[in-house]
Amino acid sequence: MFDFIAEMFSYNFIVRAFIVGTLVSLCAALLGVTLVLKRYSMIGDGLSHVGFGALAIAASLNLAPLEVAIPVIIIAAFLLLRLSENSKINGDAAIAIISSTALAVGVISVSVSGVNTDLNSYLFGSILATTKVDAIMCAILALIVISIFVLFYNNIFAVTFDETFSRATGLKTNIYNTVIALLTALTIVIGMRIMGTLLISALIIFPALSSMRICKKFKSVILCSGVLSLCCFFVGMCASYKLDTPTGASVVIVNAAVFLVFWLVEVIRTRIKRTD
Amino acid sequence: MALITIKNASMGYEGKTVLSKLNLTVNEGDYICIVGENGSGKTTLMKCLLGLLQPTAGSISFGDGLKQREIGYLPQQTIIQQDFPASVSEVVLSGCLNKRCTMFYSKQQKEMAADNMKLTGIYDLGKKCFRELSGGQRQRVMLARALCATQKLLILDEPVTGLDPMATADMYALIKDLNKNGITIIMVSHDVNSAVSNATKILHLSRNNYFYGTAHQYLHSDVGKKFILSDCPCDDCRHRAQGGVHNV
Repeated sequence: MFDFIAEMFSYNFIVRAFIVGTLVSLCAALLGVTLVLKRYSMIGDGLSHVGFGALAIAASLNLAPLEVAIPVIIIAAFLLLRLSENSKINGDAAIAIISSTALAVGVISVSVSGVNTDLNSYLFGSILATTKVDAIMCAILALIVISIFVLFYNNIFAVTFDETFSRATGLKTNIYNTVIALLTALTIVIGMRIMGTLLISALIIFPALSSMRICKKFKSVILCSGVLSLCCFFVGMCASYKLDTPTGASVVIVNAAVFLVFWLVEVIRTRIKRTD
Repeated sequence: MALITIKNASMGYEGKTVLSKLNLTVNEGDYICIVGENGSGKTTLMKCLLGLLQPTAGSISFGDGLKQREIGYLPQQTIIQQDFPASVSEVVLSGCLNKRCTMFYSKQQKEMAADNMKLTGIYDLGKKCFRELSGGQRQRVMLARALCATQKLLILDEPVTGLDPMATADMYALIKDLNKNGITIIMVSHDVNSAVSNATKILHLSRNNYFYGTAHQYLHSDVGKKFILSDCPCDDCRHRAQGGVHNV
């Protein structure tokens, strides 16, 4: 077992991917709890598609990928947040429109420019894609996300649980929503190259949803989903190395399996309670 | 000085004016029910009182040491809260956030939360999960949270919606007790009959017009008579029914 792990980490690119993946998983899990609870799960999905479009355009114009993708995805995050808050427009339909359009733009720009990039690696992620810059950005991002959750934990709870009440008691809920959307956007941009456009939103949704099955306190949901996400990423990555499967997909499968187990635990628990 | 003074205020949203030239004062110890048809501006008025909307004209001013952010607010429950994983004490404590935003709640804030949980009869539920409570228990939790935010004024948005008759009666009794202990109550309600029997003052909003007076005056006003289905049992009305002259 230890020999296997030691062998795996003897490759530099795996160490880099591991660092980035772990930090992205942690950020995604923490942000995911508030996003899922506020019914904003689809924002993550929409953002990753926009990110794909941006990356594809950057590649076909020969620009640096992150320098294009980051500003585009941040603008998209603000836009999607406004759409979801605005009850006049049907929020989830609007997100679906934006994400499929962005995906289409990406696919066309890749095929027209004939760039010799593997479309697969954008869509489903590639462990080889992470760079040193990614690792550094990821570390900074994780530091910001964790410190915001520690310092403003109570306010994040209040804004997630009841935005109107929080606003009435003087909390600047807009700032919290914007910061969360911004951090989600950054997490997705950095994470999508390992996990892939189509799979990154799983990192946001699964850990939160799994923890919500068994935890009864907000604090335990947050801690549980952070720990779960880390474990799932580690197991998924080892499995993908051992079995030679794509990393992103393997991590998602592990997450899905964990969700299934937690869901079963919940079902059994409620059954037992009912018979009591 | 009154707790709240509304002077010549117009209110609305998205460019529409729903209330205009509203003048009223709320005094300490009042128990005011806001009634009226759908779309008459009950919610808009409440949002303006809470600072969630700004009046389009006129002013709302606060006196007697009341700050806008120190109003205890009991909103209607949202879909998000139906399956929210949070313990009762987490929810109640979040009412303290208007005082001081720190990383941890102080001992004082925790004591205040415990006192308010005892007051609303949910102290034993502190560790329970919010989503596992009954409708009546949930409303008590929300009320305890609102009490953590205020010492003076509660604004309640249809607090008995979806409660069974027992829980409704309990809720009204609890609100009345709080009012007797000196907390001013402003309640938006569709339940006009209970409003008249519990509240000291009624604000009836209708399109382009409003009535503001005591519950007794309301019962005998034109708008009140139209809105209330049951017969008024007071001496004046019985007298009138027998053909006498009504003089309120």
